[in-house]
Amino acid sequence: MTTRTNRGRRGALWLRKLVSTLGTVAVTFLGLLVVTFLIGRVVPVDPVLSVVGDRATQAQYDAAYHALGLDKPLVEQFWIWLQKVFQGDFGTSNLTTRPISQDIARVFPATLELATVSIVIGTAFGIPMGVWAAVRQGKLIDQIVRVVGLVGYSAPVFWLGLMGLLLFYFKLDLISGPGRVDISYEYDFTPKTGLFLLDTAMQGAWPAFRNVFSHIILPASLLGYLSLAYISRMTRSFMLNELAQEYITTARVKGVPEWRIIWVQALRNAAVPLVTVVALSYANLLEGSVLTETVFAWPGLGQYLTNSLQNADMNAVLGGTLVIGAIFVGLNMFSDLLYTLLDARTRNQK
Amino acid sequence: MSLLEVENLRVTFPTRKGPSEVVRGVSFTLGRERLGIVGESGSGKSQTGRAILGLTPAPGAATADRLSFDGTDLRSLSARQWRGLRGKRMSMVMQDPKFSLNPVMPVGKQLMEVLRTHGAGRAAAREKALQMLDAVQIRDPERVFRAYPHELSGGMGQRVMIAMMLVSEPDLLIADEPTSALDVTIQIEVLRILDKLVSEQGMGLIFISHDLRLVSSFCDRVLVMYAGRVVEELKASELHQAQHPYTQGLLNCLPQIDEDRYPLPTLDRDAAWAD
Repeated sequence: MTTRTNRGRRGALWLRKLVSTLGTVAVTFLGLLVVTFLIGRVVPVDPVLSVVGDRATQAQYDAAYHALGLDKPLVEQFWIWLQKVFQGDFGTSNLTTRPISQDIARVFPATLELATVSIVIGTAFGIPMGVWAAVRQGKLIDQIVRVVGLVGYSAPVFWLGLMGLLLFYFKLDLISGPGRVDISYEYDFTPKTGLFLLDTAMQGAWPAFRNVFSHIILPASLLGYLSLAYISRMTRSFMLNELAQEYITTARVKGVPEWRIIWVQALRNAAVPLVTVVALSYANLLEGSVLTETVFAWPGLGQYLTNSLQNADMNAVLGGTLVIGAIFVGLNMFSDLLYTLLDARTRNQK
Repeated sequence: MSLLEVENLRVTFPTRKGPSEVVRGVSFTLGRERLGIVGESGSGKSQTGRAILGLTPAPGAATADRLSFDGTDLRSLSARQWRGLRGKRMSMVMQDPKFSLNPVMPVGKQLMEVLRTHGAGRAAAREKALQMLDAVQIRDPERVFRAYPHELSGGMGQRVMIAMMLVSEPDLLIADEPTSALDVTIQIEVLRILDKLVSEQGMGLIFISHDLRLVSSFCDRVLVMYAGRVVEELKASELHQAQHPYTQGLLNCLPQIDEDRYPLPTLDRDAAWAD
């Protein structure tokens, strides 16, 4: 067999994998829609009341009931809702009186930006720390990494956030306080993408960029620290597993330098399960951390969902849930595809 | 001067009940010849092989009164000096290619890594690697070069392993049960390839196995190990003259095609032999 057909066969396998993954995603997403819809019907919240208020007459109530389509059969309601969802219409928020899709488009970039900076911090520090701890297993550095991780697991995030603000913002005045940007910089740029770091950088508004950065650095470090705790612990255990394998002995017999054995041979194998760990951490961050967003007055998805829930704004809750679910499904699909790139063994499975 | 001199080699592992010695004072010398080390599981034969390469797994430790390779004292080498020797002048073929090859790296890259580590250029390394795959009688070297380890059969994998360990033409090869994970039919093929390359390159070989008959047909001399000690050293051709009861026991356990033995003989293990 020539190398060309060999490569072509691999390409075909990859395509088949892509198609089957997309199929799985479609089914998962349909399930997600059904569950989300049913949750919206099962919760003991009267959607009519939250529209018309407590003092409406029976006639007003009935009119609203009809307008919301609640008098139709459940299946028909689902069908109508489904059609609207596929057109990007999640309904209108009772709280903000705007379309939910607009609301989410407004709050989601804030969470996306925070989550992305956080996961970059968590991965950039978490993976090397985990590798280092595994290589020096049982030594001092291993203990330090474990304690750092344990604190990240067990300390309440709102407390860490408040202490961080107290120290770095109030006492030391090194960073900016809550919010995404100071009001004096708010009109120095147009939020085209909603990712302020990107917007300010692309528009060359560097003073505003610095201000945005000094706002995001503390909450992002905090959330990054929490994912670091998880990522470093998993990296450590994956690496310990790989370093005990026989191919590591082979590499040593070959005279391969130790740094290459650790960072190329072993980590390349450990990277396969690590992809899932990082993807799930990222998905968790994208849900929007309610506590962090509250402490830092961060107008993100977590805060939006909590507000909507507290005000029985079910359309908004369903829309938000759907977005989060879609992110989870999407990231899972992405990490599945990355798997096949990283590990040839997963390519040949039918 | 001998290629390898080993005197009073000891390998110790700490355990909860105190240190446990798995190799207890092994001594031998090796020229450019084939030496077989035979023994049952746990007799310390593999740890002897690994100690020679300086690869006693932590937290174990190896000590010796003398451990020299071609005039170099191995006991005082730095990590850098070890790396200069391993893969270039001494190497080891391990038992199962399923585990001893890196699963996420194409075979060719792993082969090239040996040469690249010891200073060869990319193109030269590639050419040499392909030649070596050809030398271990792989029919389509280009294809195997690109393949991942899981895409190869056990026999092919072990050929790749042998190619990888012999590509830099070492002076000493340790083969640690190189055919134990293979089918019997493939064993002979792989051994024949190993045999041919070892004689062509004229290197010293330490062949570690639990299979006494295999070792005696393949080697010049045989060390029989029991409980971390060498209990007997023999010429392979004089195996039937073995004096030690343990060696005799091992020989007696081999099934004979022309006799019907019932019950099958079992191996005696006398605690006194371990002392």
